[in-house]
Parts: sequence; C-alpha cells; structure tokens
Amino acid sequence: MFIKIKTNQLQLFAMVAAILFIVVFFTIMTDGSFISPRNISNLLRQTAIVGVLAIGMVFVIVSAEIDLSVGSMMGLLGGIAAIFDVWFHFPIALTIFLTLGIGLLLGLFNGWWVAYQRVPSFIVTLAGMLAFRGVLVGFTDGVTVAPTSSAMSVIGQSYIPFSWGISVVSLLCLGLLARVYSRRKAKQQHGVRNQSAKFEYSKAIAMVVALLALVFILDHYRGIPTPILLMGGLIIILTYVAKRTAFGRRVYAIGGNIEATRMSGVNVERTKMLVFGLNGIMVAVAALILTSRLGAGSPAAGNMAELDAIAACVIGGTSLAGGIGTVFGAIMGALIMSSLDNGMSMLDVPTFWQLIVKGAILLLAVWLDVKTKKAH
Amino acid sequence: MKQPLLDMRDIVKSFSGVRALNGVSITLGEGEVLSVCGENGSGKSTLMKVLSGVWPYGSYEGEIYFQGELIQASGIRDTEALGIVIIHQELALVQELSVMDNIFLGNEIGSFARLNDEAMHHRASELLGRVKLNIQPDMLVRELGVGQQQLVEIAKALNKNVKLLILDEPTSSLTSADIRILLDIVSELRDQGIACIYISHKLDEVLALSDWVAVIRDGDHIATKVAAELTQHDIIAMMVGRQLEELFPREDHEIGEVVLRVNNATAIQAGASRPQVDNVSFDLHRGEILGIAGLIGSGRTELMQCLYGCYDGQYQATVELDGQSKQIRTQRSALAAGIAMVPEDRKRHGIVPIMSVGRNITLSVLDNYKTNHFSSVFGGVDEDKEYQDIEEYIARLKVKTASPELAIKHLSGGNQQKAIIAKCLLTHPKILILDEPTRGIDVGAKYEIYKLMYSLVKEGMSIIMVSSELPEVIGISDRVLVMHEGKLKGEFDHQGLTQEIIMNCAIKEGA
Repeated sequence: MFIKIKTNQLQLFAMVAAILFIVVFFTIMTDGSFISPRNISNLLRQTAIVGVLAIGMVFVIVSAEIDLSVGSMMGLLGGIAAIFDVWFHFPIALTIFLTLGIGLLLGLFNGWWVAYQRVPSFIVTLAGMLAFRGVLVGFTDGVTVAPTSSAMSVIGQSYIPFSWGISVVSLLCLGLLARVYSRRKAKQQHGVRNQSAKFEYSKAIAMVVALLALVFILDHYRGIPTPILLMGGLIIILTYVAKRTAFGRRVYAIGGNIEATRMSGVNVERTKMLVFGLNGIMVAVAALILTSRLGAGSPAAGNMAELDAIAACVIGGTSLAGGIGTVFGAIMGALIMSSLDNGMSMLDVPTFWQLIVKGAILLLAVWLDVKTKKAH
Repeated sequence: MKQPLLDMRDIVKSFSGVRALNGVSITLGEGEVLSVCGENGSGKSTLMKVLSGVWPYGSYEGEIYFQGELIQASGIRDTEALGIVIIHQELALVQELSVMDNIFLGNEIGSFARLNDEAMHHRASELLGRVKLNIQPDMLVRELGVGQQQLVEIAKALNKNVKLLILDEPTSSLTSADIRILLDIVSELRDQGIACIYISHKLDEVLALSDWVAVIRDGDHIATKVAAELTQHDIIAMMVGRQLEELFPREDHEIGEVVLRVNNATAIQAGASRPQVDNVSFDLHRGEILGIAGLIGSGRTELMQCLYGCYDGQYQATVELDGQSKQIRTQRSALAAGIAMVPEDRKRHGIVPIMSVGRNITLSVLDNYKTNHFSSVFGGVDEDKEYQDIEEYIARLKVKTASPELAIKHLSGGNQQKAIIAKCLLTHPKILILDEPTRGIDVGAKYEIYKLMYSLVKEGMSIIMVSSELPEVIGISDRVLVMHEGKLKGEFDHQGLTQEIIMNCAIKEGA
C-alpha cells in the first residue's frame, strides 16, 4: 500500500515538475511571451487535438493493444466531415452526427478484427493506417476540400464568453472538491485507508487554482477556446468511464491479465471491440476539431498523429504492457508534447531539432519510469 | 560405490521461510544411474534446480562437489561448462530451426563472421549416430516427433561433453516404443561412463534402469537404496507414508441427489496422438466433495476445463445439470449455469496481479452493482454496494490483507487463493470446481480452505476437487475418481482408501 501511493505520487510530481520546468524554461527564453494569454490560448488549442486522441488511445493501450490507424482515420473522418459540409451542405448537426457514427463504425471494424479474428492489433491498425489514408485520397481526389461553412468553424475556432466560462469552471471546481470529500468519507465508512488528507486536498486545490487561473488568463485573450471546453468535458466523462463503470474496470482487468479476466466470465472479445469503438468516436471528435480549425479537409491531415497520441499516453505513465494508465496522465503527456512544440517553434528551433528533442523526451520519460519501478 | 562423481551434502533450500528441501544428501558415481522419486511438490525439481545452477550458489545451504570440486555456479552456463546438463520435461528446442542449428545453439562452430556449416554438419551426424537417430541434421525440429526431439536434446547435451545427464520426466509424453529407445540410449551412455539422474513417476522404468533409487518426501531425504533390492510397492510406500488424520478436518455432511451428470466427455488437441480426455462419464451429488486424482498429464485439468467451457481444443460432452441438458461453450455460460472454477494456475488464470484484492473479488459479478440498468456496457458501478460484498467475503474467507485496495500480487499464495475462491462464491455457484486448491499454500491456509469446503457442502453446494496431493484427496473427498492417460481408471469411496490403491491405479498400465 505504502509503496503504491509513493509511486503514484512520484509519477504525478514528476509530471507536474516536467511541465513547470518546460514553462519556466521557455518563459525565460522567450522573454515572457511564452506565458502571454495569446500564446497559452494557442498552446491549448494545439493540445486539444492530440489530447482528444490520447484520451481514446489510453483505453486501447490499457487493454494491452495499440492503434496505429488513428492519424489516417482522423484524416479520413475530417475529410468526410468536410465533404458533407462543403459539397453536400448538410446541416452542421447532421455532419457531426454522421462523422461520429462513421468514427464509431471504423473503430468497431478495427476492434472486430483484433478481438474476434485474433489478428494482432499492430497489424490490423497498420493496415488501417495505409487503407484509411488511401480512401481519403480517393474520396477527395487528392485535393483540399474547402472552404467549410461558418457553422463548422464554431467547433474549432470559437471562444466561450467569460461569464459562461467562469460559471462552468466554478461549478466544476465545487464538484471536484465535493467529490474528493464524499469519496474520503465513503472510504472511511468502509474502513479503507485513505491517502493522506494533505495529499488529496492539496491535489484538488492545486487543480482548482490551476483551472481558475487558466480561465482568467484566457479571458485576456478572447475567452476559453471551444475545443478546450470540449476536451475538458471528454476528460471528465472518460475519467468516469475508466474509473467508475463496469466497462472501464474490465478494460483494466483485460490489460492486467486477459486470461484471468476471461476465466472470470468477462466477455473480453466484446469489451475489446468496444474499446476500439470508443477510440473511433474520440478520433471523430478530434477530426471535427481539426477540420474546423483548418477550415478544410486535407488529404494530408493527421499524418503521424497516432505517434503523438501514443507518445502522450506513454509520457503520461501508461504502460504498453497494459493494465496501467489514466486519462489525466495522457492529457498531461499531450500537454508536455505540445508545450515543447510550441516553445521550440517560438524560439525558431529548426524542425529537425524539434523532432530530435521530442524523441529524446519520449525515451527519457519511459526510461525514468522503468528505473523508478525497478527500484521497488 | 565407485569414486563419487557427484556429492551433494545437506542441501537446504527455502522459499520465503518455507523449506522446500530439508537437508538432502545424494552421491553418485561415474557411469551410474540414480532415480529420484517423490510425489508432485516433494522437492525433486527444486533439488535439480539447485544442482543445475538455476538457483545459484549462495541461495541454498549445503555444498555440492562435482569431481571432487566445490561447485559455485552462478547460473546454468557454469554447470553446463562442468558437464552437468539438465533436460526438462518441456523441451527447450527452437521448433523453427534445424536439428543441427539446435544442437549447436550457443556453441556454434566457426568464427563470428562465418559459421563452419560443414564441420557442424559432420559433428551433428556423429552425435545423432550416438543417440541412434537416423535423420538428416538439416531437418527442422518441428517435423520430428516428441520422442525424436528428446533424443535431439540428448545429442545436444553430448555435444557439450556431458558427464552428468539429468532427465526430468523424459517419458511422460512418449509412446511406449519411444520410451524403449530412450531407455536403451541412457543405458548405453551409462556404459560409456556418463552418469544420469532420472526423474520419473513411472516406477517400472525406474527399476529397469537405475542403480540407485532416492526417495524424497516433503523436502526430506527418506532413503537411497539399491534398485535391485526394491519393488514398486516399496517405493510407493516410501513416497507416501505419513500420518494424515490431524491435517484434514473431516466433518459429517449430507449427500443428496445427483446434480451433475457428465456423459462421454472427450477432448482432443489438434495434432495430438491421443485424446487428453477419453470418453469420461461420472455423476456428482448435492453436497458431495468429489476428488479427482491422477498424474500430471492424466487429463484431470482438461476434464475440468471442458466442464467450465475453457478447453482450448475440440471437446464434446453431454452435461446434465439438475436433470436439464446444458451446452457449456464459454466461461460465461458455465457461470450462468451455476458452475464456477478456481483454476490450477493461479498466476496465469486466477489473479489480475496489479488490480486490488477487492476488484479481483468482484470481477465476475460487476453487473450486480450496476447503477444504470439502461446501458449494459456503460453502467456505473455502485461502489458502496460493491464494498459491502468485498468486506463480507474478505471476512468470511479470512483473507489477510492490509486493505482491500492493496494490489493482489502483494498477498501470499494462500490469501490470493482465498480471494479467488471469494470471486467464485460471489457468483453463487451450485457446483464449485477447485483445481489444485492448495498448491503452494502453507499449512494454515490449507486448513482454512478445507474448513471452508465443508461449510460450503453443508449449505448444499457440490465440489469437485482435482489434486496431486494424495493425502488431501483421501482426507477431504467423499468419493475419488482416478484418471490415467485421459481415461477414468477407477472410482473409490473414501472409506478404506489408501494412497497405495490410488497410486497403483494411477501409475500402472492396464490396471
């Protein structure tokens, strides 16, 4: 018990420390313009797409599978959304509904091959990575589908007014504190040892402060970007799915020991397929944000995005062996990756250096993880 | 005895405080064959692991002298360099490589840049000749039968200039013709001065082959005797003889009508020469503990897998539960029909190691805590309700854990086993299958599990218990079935049943 809390805390602290270090470093290097409201708004909007992808990916990796097709799938779904919008002039609600539906189907398709046909997910999704991109180029004839409607641009380009934003976020903060309190009480009632009150409350308060600070900073530049609110909503819902639902519990069990889970009477095939389905929906959300931001569907969109999503999960403490990982960690991982991107771009670091640094950070993060785990 | 080649003195090996070997001493001269006999779990394998360097010098007490010198091995490579080679029950050949490549794996002839194929081919032919294996060295190993693969293993050992060959149950999966060949080869190697330690349950082979027979029981060295002066019965008596009354808390309970009737269960693995379960039929009564005995590989576990819907080959059986015919194809349908199972391999099939004790316990019945009946998939888990069950079952089964939130891997084997039984009980089964329920568990936890079994059958549950520990089978069961090579060989009431009767039934051909 003692050891477990220690490593959890350590991991969290390491991640927060890494982000703080990155922020301080780039702030100094850019004479403060890194933490200007405008740049933070930018940075967060960049995070939104990888973040949403990482949320879906975390479920896949926790179930001890992998999805290499999300980049191409995001490109394809974004292209489809653009085609509905630009060529057919569908109402935006219908476009969203259809895109999410197709995302779900593509995910389930991947999942069916993995779970029921026993083809390794690496291969299934590698095939998808090639094929989905091919379909996209075929559909669009290799040209950009533009310009998208003004309704479409709301998803990725609009901002929530301050009064709305602050009330939503305040409610959220209250909810968070209430949740921590009630859980601690329930645990006490059942005689389960709590993590130290200091740790839990300071964690909650740190999050409240960070959230409120963010809202005020963003208010200095147009308000909360809609995609960030979207991502925030998904973080809450999917954290709930991961931690509080039977489905989520089973995903972790499958990643921890699929044979034992099967012996316990869990329908592991269906659960796995649904994980990929869920991931498909997340990819569709990311695709909608992407198309809206670009104002177009591009045949090259989402190239290599799967690697960013996987890297975000892994940096955020997700184990590729399965069974371990959190939505929150994956989001932190995504934030680290996009902060690096953003900061280095501001410093005019050449692209090749950016790639090298990101690669090195990925390697370093996992190495540290392996080291700290071995120490126990 | 000639000049001793091997001299193991007072070997003591403990695993987290439990003594697996309790001062075992063995000596063996050049060109002699020693058989080591003992029940499953008696410490034979541990002894061989100590000798072959799997457990390095310093991790055990006592000393091993080989050719008069103290062995201070840090791994298998060190003992192999001395000429001690162990051939395991599970063959360690690379199936996709040729016979030649396997023989020289790790000891290739040639330089780093280029292998000397011609030299290896020549030497391989010579080695294969010594084990009387008339095949081309460039055949792929997977094209060979199990018996031939065993001989390739021996050829590989000969290449390492073996002085002491350890064979760990080499014949358990061989046909009688292959066994004949293998025994001939071992005799021939003996004549060439190579010593051999032979581990087997097949006492006829033991007596035919050995100069000496050593018997180990519960980590104690019982005796080493000249094989020529022993009978099979003598060996069995040495292997089992112990008092058991006090270990088993037998309690009176009522046995009712038939609840489960299994007819003509047959299970076959693709490509296997004989079915793993061969036309087995039996009944199970309400409130009965049915013991199933047999050697490893006799099909006991496979029979249970058929009943629980998790056999991974072809199987068929007519199963009647409470007079109704049931089709059990998956674990889910077994649980739905009221059959739960505690699997044999706790690590692989029982626990999800990194999940908490509580979550392992409720894994089978998460649907019971659903807050949202609208969606079968995304329904939330009512954790208060879940905790009530977890607390109740942790208390009832006396699972010793610091907290229900502790990862189950930190628990002792006995407490993990209790948690898995709790998981099964939460599904409220009519029939509980326990496959080796007390393997690797300390005496205290064993006793508690036995107590629990009696309290369950008193409530009207029926239990099938598969076990390799004969005292346990006799001490706990109401009725005992004995299996041999997939077939049901005998059925006994526990009254008047002895280990000798079971062993005779489980070991002897055609009994």
